Amino acid sequence: MKRRDFLKGCMACGAAATLGVSQKAWGIGSFEGYPEGMGVLVDLTRCVGCRSCEAACNKEQQLPAPDAPFDDKSVFEEKRRPTEKAYTVVNRYETGKEGGPVFRKVQCNHCNEPACLTSCFVNAYTKTKEGAVIYNSKVCVGCRNCMIACPFNVPGYSYSSALNPVVKKCIFCYDTRLKYGKPPACVEICPQQVLTFGHRNDLLKIGRDRIREKPERYVDHIYGEKEVGGTSWLYLAGVDFDKVGFDTTMGNEPIISNVKDFLGIVPMVLTIWPALFTGFHLLATKNKNHEDGHSEQEDSKP
Amino acid sequence: MNRYIAKGVKTVDSHYKVPGKSKWNLQEKLLLGLSPKQYLIQALRNPFNWLLAVIFAVGLPLIAIRFIFGLASVTHSSYDYPWGLFLCFGLFAMVPLSSSGFMLGTTVEIFGRHDFEPIERLALLNGLLGYLFAVVYLLVDLGQPWRLPYPMVVAYGPAAVLFLVGWHVATYLSVQVCEVSVAFFEWIGFPVGKQGVRKITLGLTVSGIILSTLHQGALGALFNYAPNKVHPLWYSSAFQWLHFFVSSIPGGLCMVIVVSTIVMKTMSWRCDDNFRNNLDKLTIGLAKGASMGLITYLAIKLMGVAHDNKWEYIATGWGAWYIFEMGIGVILPLFLFAWAIRRRQLGVIRFGALLTVFGVVLNRLNTAMITFNWKLAEREIPTWQEVIISVTLFSIYIVVWRFILYRLPILYTWKTADERATTPARGYVTGGDQVPSMAGSYRSRMEDGIIRPARQWP
Repeated sequence: MKRRDFLKGCMACGAAATLGVSQKAWGIGSFEGYPEGMGVLVDLTRCVGCRSCEAACNKEQQLPAPDAPFDDKSVFEEKRRPTEKAYTVVNRYETGKEGGPVFRKVQCNHCNEPACLTSCFVNAYTKTKEGAVIYNSKVCVGCRNCMIACPFNVPGYSYSSALNPVVKKCIFCYDTRLKYGKPPACVEICPQQVLTFGHRNDLLKIGRDRIREKPERYVDHIYGEKEVGGTSWLYLAGVDFDKVGFDTTMGNEPIISNVKDFLGIVPMVLTIWPALFTGFHLLATKNKNHEDGHSEQEDSKP
Repeated sequence: MNRYIAKGVKTVDSHYKVPGKSKWNLQEKLLLGLSPKQYLIQALRNPFNWLLAVIFAVGLPLIAIRFIFGLASVTHSSYDYPWGLFLCFGLFAMVPLSSSGFMLGTTVEIFGRHDFEPIERLALLNGLLGYLFAVVYLLVDLGQPWRLPYPMVVAYGPAAVLFLVGWHVATYLSVQVCEVSVAFFEWIGFPVGKQGVRKITLGLTVSGIILSTLHQGALGALFNYAPNKVHPLWYSSAFQWLHFFVSSIPGGLCMVIVVSTIVMKTMSWRCDDNFRNNLDKLTIGLAKGASMGLITYLAIKLMGVAHDNKWEYIATGWGAWYIFEMGIGVILPLFLFAWAIRRRQLGVIRFGALLTVFGVVLNRLNTAMITFNWKLAEREIPTWQEVIISVTLFSIYIVVWRFILYRLPILYTWKTADERATTPARGYVTGGDQVPSMAGSYRSRMEDGIIRPARQWP
């Protein structure tokens, strides 16, 4: 093989390899959320488990009719998670504390640096400036990496569809409400004012005020302020968060931080390996015939 | 097939049916030099084909159901375990076993170890088919498989590890098709194509190393997205990609040992002397390489546990499972290899290779499925349909393997060049002064004992 041919081959293959990753460095900086981003403060101490938020969500998002009606309390027997048919669910936790059980609403927390977004290889997710994490079903291939990545186990998938299965998750009522500055359907309907809609920065202040005013009522922590890089939905609770289904072990780094180490290695491998291994080749085959790599004879035959 | 050869049927191993005179036509090549009737009889006589027929009879309709009625009709379709058996076995376990292509490519082309050539093509083909069927499994699993090219042409998510995996697997597949196409060009009789590929072999091999390093690692890095879901013993924030990459090395090498053992047992008629006589020696060579890979893998796995100080988990039930995986899949093969390489106990080496392959598969299943979501009470149990579809796809994989091995010069050397060389008039007139020098280089290597004379030399 002539050196020029080899270089040509290397360049071609290298270029092909680089195409895939040349823009890898995007979007892996630290991001604290859009300054004007909206959010919802969920005060678990106020929730009575009426499930009207589930009903409102179902109607707003035009989801299929539920298996059990929304006033059926037997659903609390087990811990549910958001599915393709229900973007939000309320779970009941017996904590043994006086004042009865604690109810917790689950839905997409709309992370500042969403794991679903950073894991998606077709960029189907967008974090809007209003704070919502929305999803473009037009480009979704259905790899379901976002469901693997989501630390809160939120996205559902319409497995039953043969031709157009898509990810189903809470989108903060972005299309119908948030875009126009209106609160999502669940917030509007809540009879107990469990849910407070507002700018995320203001909600943090409100949360801190509530904790300061009634320290006996609240645990001194706003869940979502810092967890996995911060979320648009924030929680106040009267009991330890890990007792009511929150994962308190995931730290404050966004999920993408775990992957940055590897992403940093990619361009290094791409640039160092060609010279390294070509060098090995030259070293290993010194005094041997470079041209005749193979035992078959037809190589240099006409 | 053995029966026919015993009766004196000639198998296709060159363009010429009768040396220097009549050529095989394409149909004869496809039918292995048998008449259609003979071919059909030997196919029906093979009990393995009947087993395949049963698997396909059940499995193919299930695959059809999956595409007509959606994933929910056949798979567990869990929200908590979005990656089921298709991906955990088909993608995560098949890809590391396919690293053989780049390993042997590197050995032969980069380090100039041409003594490994008799098995190089088998390793390349193992790589190609492993990747190809990983993609097939992926296509069955994807919600909308027809959108698979989207990350290349429609929408880009360049910050995603999967974006890198997608691009690299696609690029690497093309590289491997190029590498294996040499055998196809020989078989079909298209020397120009073969020479073209030969010219860029080194470039192809180097890009193969780059792409393999990156996407074998990237498959591991995919689990860095789920630090709270993968069990700590199978998760390492710093070394996850290295664990996947390093374990793919013994995985790929041992897969070649396993595959070569199977082909020697089941299609020895197709292996020429060059392959047959070198196989034992090469198996030992591969096992040596695999041992180094395994000991490195064991060390970095333990470092991963030490780095994040996760020793406490060893004492749990998951820890026992972890010790089982490492014991059966890494430590035991290491001891077997160490014992057997010295004593040239090939049976033991081959068993050790099988254990290593099992260990790599178990590791991927553990990471992606069995210990995934270890904090949740519910464990993922695939439906029987998922299992059958996986088995069916694997059977198709075996059929394609066999189809190619029967025909292309993978296990045997194509005799074109020799036929020409043995026809002095043609060889000397057209080859000019190159022929003597070529023959010389061939002889010198024969004398080194690197290549055994597989055929009669004039």
